Amino acid sequence: MAAALSPPRILPSGDAAITVEFSRTIDDEANRRVLALDKLVATAALAAITETVPTYRSLLVHYDPLQIDFEALGTQLTELALKPLPDPKPARRWRIPVAYGGENGIDLEDVAKALNITPDEVVSRHVAGDYKVAMIGFTPGWSYLSGLPSDMQMGRRQNPRLLTPAGTISIGGIQTGVQCLAGPSGWHLLGRTPVRTYQLGRDPTFLLEPGDAITFAAIDEKTFAEQDRAAEAGEFVAELIPS
Amino acid sequence: MSKLIVASVSPGTSVQDIGRFGAQRYGLVPSGAVDRLAMAAANALLGNPLFAATIELGPLNSVFTAKGGAVRVALTGALRPADVAGSSVAVNTTVTLADGESLNIGVARSGTFGYLAIEGGVRGEPMFGSLAVNARAGLGSPYPRPLQAGDELLVATASATTEKRIELPSPGEGPIRVVMGPQDDEFADGKDLFLNSEWKISATSDRMGYRLEGPAIKHLHGHNIVSDGTVNGSIQVPGNGQPIVLMPDRGTSGGYPKIATVISADLGRFGQTQPGMPFRFKAVTMAEAQAAYRAHAELLQSLPSRVHDSNILMLDIKALLNANVAGTAIDAINDATWQAAANS
Repeated sequence: MAAALSPPRILPSGDAAITVEFSRTIDDEANRRVLALDKLVATAALAAITETVPTYRSLLVHYDPLQIDFEALGTQLTELALKPLPDPKPARRWRIPVAYGGENGIDLEDVAKALNITPDEVVSRHVAGDYKVAMIGFTPGWSYLSGLPSDMQMGRRQNPRLLTPAGTISIGGIQTGVQCLAGPSGWHLLGRTPVRTYQLGRDPTFLLEPGDAITFAAIDEKTFAEQDRAAEAGEFVAELIPS
Repeated sequence: MSKLIVASVSPGTSVQDIGRFGAQRYGLVPSGAVDRLAMAAANALLGNPLFAATIELGPLNSVFTAKGGAVRVALTGALRPADVAGSSVAVNTTVTLADGESLNIGVARSGTFGYLAIEGGVRGEPMFGSLAVNARAGLGSPYPRPLQAGDELLVATASATTEKRIELPSPGEGPIRVVMGPQDDEFADGKDLFLNSEWKISATSDRMGYRLEGPAIKHLHGHNIVSDGTVNGSIQVPGNGQPIVLMPDRGTSGGYPKIATVISADLGRFGQTQPGMPFRFKAVTMAEAQAAYRAHAELLQSLPSRVHDSNILMLDIKALLNANVAGTAIDAINDATWQAAANS
């Protein structure tokens, strides 16, 4: 019999949101519970809840204080969080093409040096990983993936870059990430994908969901250029792998 | 159909409504007006839906010109001078610009953001139900960026001729109220220092975050946490100990501990605090915060009933009474007569 689940911490995020915290650290079990609670909340369709934001270790629940108070909603969320976890369903699995190194991944050589392996070996380790979208946050489509092989983990850069390109694939700490828009980053840049995880005018606007499974596939620069044009025209480019 | 032309513009001016909701789980922040009450008051003045899109004005000068027909607008928010052809326009009133006329908006004297509502609202293509500008995500309409000189907004031609004014309660001057958490246990003495110190907003602040200047708040276990979700008003404390209050264009998640959260009822007043002006925080209970939320929601809903005809005669009587120079005249005439005259 499975051990009883421990109750999450119910924390106030101001007067109109509750943080349901399962762990303080990055933890696969906590992330599973976050995503399970997120589904349960959506299914329960509680009128007072306006939207939810799943993260690695917590679920942020925005609510309308005119309809329910903090104590009552906290109790309801705790009850939902203690329900047995559903059987892990086969998640959607995506294959995401990446052009590694060169101008597309200016830190690849440095990462190889730091790990004392060749750049090709960095790429094969990164491609070998089996990843999960643990959360999407900060800017539109920025997807944080768990599952980085342990022999690839390294601290963030001393000096974050103020501008890194759209589509950057990078590693930081025990995570890898798919960045959609250009923006600041303290992670190490390994390559770029033509995939747009966020694209206005495309249906759906957002490609990935928290909980989706991801593998990466190396492509050359010519393929990158072709797929980048196709993606610009609204194609997904990422490949949905039937399960 | 008329146009409102942006002749010149203060930096930090953009179209804002209440924001777009439902996609924070994909990293898309709601954006929306910094001071919702002032935005809603501008709409109430014109009979617009309370959360229709308005122009959120930065603190410096702007000029807007009507073209192709009359345009009726309302100005609220930061106190500042404004005029049309030398004739002054008060904050919290409407004014109709004849074709070719310009509204000159001066520098904010107290407060930071102004709101310029247009009769019928700003027109554009909503994305996720909103016209609010979020320049980083390339969202907002009719322009997905801050306004620039030369921009043209298609607007309804003015329909009414009676100008209006709105009576708003004083925003209050007490400390900015917060609910502690969600990570206040990442701080020990830092909590007292946070609540007992005087703070100022740094000049480098923007719609993403207001950086605070004051004593350095120390963390118990370092300044990195595993990222979790943020809200409007989250107060995060980075490594240098100087808190940052997250504003409508914040990131949807963040990796610094959040010591407290500004309560919803005080977010607008906090957002209007000028850089360099000292202020304090005060912790309140959740029950107090949610009571304030309900009172604030009632105030928002009451805005249409606070709109009155902008009657020059009535204002003159008030001014005379205040100056106490018309005593004999007032004594000589029945109060009811004056009231009738004022309301006619």
